[in-house]
Amino acid sequence: MSLGNLDELYREIVLDHYRTPRNRGELPVPPAVRVEGFNPLCGDEIALYVEVHDGVLTDIRLSGHGCSISQASSSLMSVAVKGRPLGEVRATIERFKAMMTVGETGADAAPSVADLRTMGELAALQGVAQFPVRIKCATLAWNTLTQALDEAAPSA
Amino acid sequence: MTSFNPRRVRADVPLLGRVINDRPITYLDSASSTVPPRAVIEAMDRYYSLRHANVHRGVYQTANEATDVYEGTRADVARFIGAPGGADEIVFTKNTTESFNLIARSWGAANLRAGDVVLVTEMEHHANIVPWFQLRETTGIEVRFIPVGDDFRLDLSEIDRLLDGVRLLSLTLVSNVLGTRNPVAALAARAHERGALVAVDAAQGVAHDVTDVTQLGADFLCFSAHKMLGPTGLGVLWARRELLEAMPPFLGGGGMIADVRRDGFTPADGPAKFEAGTPPIAETAGLRAAIRYLESLGLSDVAAYEHGLTERALARLDGEFAGRVRVIGPATALDRGGVLSLDVAGVHPHDVAQVLDQFGVCVRPGHHCAKPLMRRFGLAATARASFGPYSIDEDVDVLIDALRHAVAMFS
Repeated sequence: MSLGNLDELYREIVLDHYRTPRNRGELPVPPAVRVEGFNPLCGDEIALYVEVHDGVLTDIRLSGHGCSISQASSSLMSVAVKGRPLGEVRATIERFKAMMTVGETGADAAPSVADLRTMGELAALQGVAQFPVRIKCATLAWNTLTQALDEAAPSA
Repeated sequence: MTSFNPRRVRADVPLLGRVINDRPITYLDSASSTVPPRAVIEAMDRYYSLRHANVHRGVYQTANEATDVYEGTRADVARFIGAPGGADEIVFTKNTTESFNLIARSWGAANLRAGDVVLVTEMEHHANIVPWFQLRETTGIEVRFIPVGDDFRLDLSEIDRLLDGVRLLSLTLVSNVLGTRNPVAALAARAHERGALVAVDAAQGVAHDVTDVTQLGADFLCFSAHKMLGPTGLGVLWARRELLEAMPPFLGGGGMIADVRRDGFTPADGPAKFEAGTPPIAETAGLRAAIRYLESLGLSDVAAYEHGLTERALARLDGEFAGRVRVIGPATALDRGGVLSLDVAGVHPHDVAQVLDQFGVCVRPGHHCAKPLMRRFGLAATARASFGPYSIDEDVDVLIDALRHAVAMFS
C-alpha cells in the first residue's frame, strides 16, 4: 500500500528532530523570559525560554511534551532562530506561518521555491500543511515564540 | 453462541462501506460517536420528506404527525430504559452534556446549599465535572472525587468516608477512556442509605448492553442518541417523576410555559418544562429507529458479543507488542466495555492516529474530555479504539497491522 502521504509528513529531518530534539532545557529567569504554550486539542504543552540582548535572540531553550510534529517543529525553530537579530527572527516566523497556511487558504499563499530555499531545514515541515489538523501542532512553538518576543523586547 | 451477527449490522451501515486512503474504512471510534444504520438515516429522511412541521403547535395533519413522532419517541425511550413512570419522565436535551447541565442548574441550584457534597469519580467525562464546578462557584457546594486505583477501577476503600454529607452521587456507568464498567447498583444502594440521590452517565452504556434505571438504582440517567446508532444533536435526561415535577425550569422561552403575562410566567407541566424552543424533531425520528434497531439486535446478545470481541482484542494487543503497546484500562473483559485506550511507548497518540488513518483506521487521539483521569495516570493523551455492534475481529487485525507500522516508523 502507499504510505506516500505519511512520508510527506514524517520526513527524515522531522523524525530526527523528534528523536533528538535540539536546545532542550531551561534558562534562568531573568535574564531569560519564559512563556508557555498549549494545544488543548491534543494536550501538547511547551515552555519556551528566550534571552534577548541588544536586539539579538542570544539563547533559546524548550521543554514540555507533544507529538512528533510539535516537537520537531520547536526543535527546528530553535536552531533556525538562535543567534539571529530579532527582525530576522520575526521574518522567519512570518515565512513559516505562511508555509503552514497553504492547506487553509489554497495554493495562492504557498511560498515560492525561492522562499522555501531560504528556509533551510524548516522546509521539511512543508508537508504538514497538507494535514489541516496537524498545522496547530507545527505552529504551537512559533506562536509561543511570538509571545516570548513580545515580552522580551516589546518594541522590537 | 447467540444469533447476533455483526456482519448483518455492517451491511446495514452505509458509512462502513467507505474507502479511506485506498483501504476499506476500519471504524474504531464508537465511543466518540457510533455510525448509524440505514434505518436511522431513512427515518429522518422520511420525516423531512413527508411529515415535517413544528411540534405541539398546528392542528393540521403533518403537525399532528410530527408531534406523534416526537412524543412517540419519548414513549419508546421510556420503554428502552425501563422508566417506571413512563414517557413523562423523559426530557429531550441536546446531548449528555446538556443533560448534566440541566441537573446541575435546575435540581442542583434549587436543592444544594454551601457545604453540600456532590460525589463524582476520577474517571468522569468533563460533562459530569464542569457543571458541578460551575455550581460550586455560585452555591459553595463541595465536589468530591472517588479515586481510581492502579487496576483502573474505582478505589472504594474509603467509600464510607467519601459518602459523608453527600447529596448526590454522580457517576459514569462505563468509562469513555478505560472501558471500566462501574458497580453502579451497589454504589447507588450505599448512596441511598445516606439519603443521597444518584445520577448516572449512561452515554457509553446504552448501545452496548441492556439499561434499566430501576436495576441501576438511578434517580437521574443521561445519554446521547449519537452514541447509540442515532443522530447527533439529541440527548436524553431521565429522572424520577417526582424529581422532575419539583425541579424548576432550565432554559426559558417558547414551549416550556403554561402561561406568560406581563408580570411573569407559569411553567408547563411535564417534560415540556425543560424543553424551551423548537426541539430537534427529525432527530427523535432517528432515535426512535435506533432504539427499534438495537432492540431487534437484542442488547444482551450485543453485550455478550462485544465482551468476547474485547477479550480477544486485549489478549492480542498484549501478545503482539511485547509491552510496547499498553492498554490503559482493565486487563480483562470482566466488567469492562469495548474501549481500548492505547499508550504506545515512544509514539505520541496524535502520531499513532495519523499513521492509523493512512490504513483507513479511525481512532481518537486526545484526553477524551477526562483530564483529571489522564493526570491520574500521568498521561497527556491516549489513542483510543472503541467498538460498536458492527465491530469484528478483522477490525482488530487491521488495527494491529497499522500499529506495527506506527511502532516501526518512530523507533
